[in-house]
Amino acid sequence: MEEGKESPWEPKLITFLCNWCSYAGADLAGVSRIQYPANTRTIRVPCSGRVNILYILKALQHGVDGVLVSGCHPGDCHYLSGNFSARRKFAVLSRLLEYIGIEKGRVQFSWVSAAEAGRFAEVITEVTEDVKKLGPAKRLVKNIG
Amino acid sequence: MGQLLKELKETVQKLFEEEKVDLVIGYEKGTLPLRTTPCFIKNSKDAEKLVWNSACENNLAAYIPGMKGKIGIIAKGCDSRSLVGHLKEKQIERENLVIIGIPCHGMLDRKLTDKVLAGREIKDIEEKPEVIVFKGENFEETVAKNELLPDNCKTCSHRNPVLYDILIGEAIEENKDSDEFGKIKEYEAKTSDERWDYFSKQIGKCIRCYACRNACPLCYCKECCVDSSQPQWFGKSIALSDAQVFHIMRAFHVAGRCVDCGACVRACPMEIDLRFLNKKVEKDVRELFDFEAGINLDEPPPLSVFRPDDPEEFIK
Ligand code: SF4
Ligand code: SF4
Ligand code: SF4
Ligand code: FES
Repeated sequence: MEEGKESPWEPKLITFLCNWCSYAGADLAGVSRIQYPANTRTIRVPCSGRVNILYILKALQHGVDGVLVSGCHPGDCHYLSGNFSARRKFAVLSRLLEYIGIEKGRVQFSWVSAAEAGRFAEVITEVTEDVKKLGPAKRLVKNIG
Repeated sequence: MGQLLKELKETVQKLFEEEKVDLVIGYEKGTLPLRTTPCFIKNSKDAEKLVWNSACENNLAAYIPGMKGKIGIIAKGCDSRSLVGHLKEKQIERENLVIIGIPCHGMLDRKLTDKVLAGREIKDIEEKPEVIVFKGENFEETVAKNELLPDNCKTCSHRNPVLYDILIGEAIEENKDSDEFGKIKEYEAKTSDERWDYFSKQIGKCIRCYACRNACPLCYCKECCVDSSQPQWFGKSIALSDAQVFHIMRAFHVAGRCVDCGACVRACPMEIDLRFLNKKVEKDVRELFDFEAGINLDEPPPLSVFRPDDPEEFIK
């Protein structure tokens, strides 16, 4: 890298992906050689219903710039209703986060099936772009001192 | 007021005489004027201790989880709604609960009365329907009661108990056009930066004493996730972020359950505006799932169920 020139800021994203759908979708995107931004760190979860909202808050506390939670389409949950329950929690959470001043777009949700490799790449691209526009996360980041 | 108290005492005496209760939770005189303290009446003789006035603000439903035997309990509107919550969440069986409902005219906000009194000591108070008369050594001051009510009482639309076995006193007219979410709408209209500043300023005062949690009738978990150290779910540092995460989670845990009884706000030694969060979540739950907490025994808590057509415009 040239002297004095900093590399442009790239956001760090955490994605919580349901094992049965979005994670498999990501896998398929990989084996199909579909390109998408490499800003995400994936955490595989057994179901979108497994995502306690504390996980999302903790990710923000630890300084990630964006969070995506992705599960099976309604009706397709491996455990039948995990994503339906999750949808209610996330609806309340996303409104509450926006209300306390966390920028819209920092925390996002999607449904992506195991077959939707192209859609997975699109979602990741969109979320990454959204978060890039927002800039580095400052709110809720844990700073001591 | 005198008549009502007499009726209350007689009712409680009768409950003991007929062996319908093992214990009655009510209010007795506190050590200072304008103070009452929760009391546990165990026999008909002790019913004499009971009082009823505008300083009976404690939500007695908070004592219910874990109680054994047949319990009588005095309940205002908000307390009765908390009891509905307890019944739904199986904290007590309906047949073990005798609810003595009392329609409520609002309970005084101690922070507001302290402001009016400005350090003057009161010896006695007199309650009239619309005003409170404070009496001290060299003064007597009459203040409109409405000026001394906290926001939750001012906008309360369930002053009459929603569930009771015995009703003491006359049912009162409900506050129909109260704009209970008025303050929340004002906050929502502000910019994201303003809201963040307000949230941070309020939560920045928090000393993590957990009095808000302890006072809340809904926070009855034997071990609270906040106290767990293995694993330590919640950061305990002085970082603002740790306090904020605690408060987001607290508001979330009472989502669809909070009845705006104000116990948390009263308990907070730092005068933090907890209603800023509670009431917002209440508003959203109402809008999203058409649900009001503590009203209907047959409706399960909204975050424990779902509908296939729940709103999802926020999901990609
Ligand atoms: S919230 Fe309603 S029922 Fe409860 S104390 Fe206030 S006015 Fe009474
Ligand atoms: S959160 Fe506060 S207002 Fe709501 S039920 Fe608990 S103590 Fe009452
Ligand atoms: S009572 Fe007040 S200071 Fe104590 S933990 Fe609750 S909000 Fe913080
Ligand atoms: S199994 Fe994928 S969301 Fe439940």
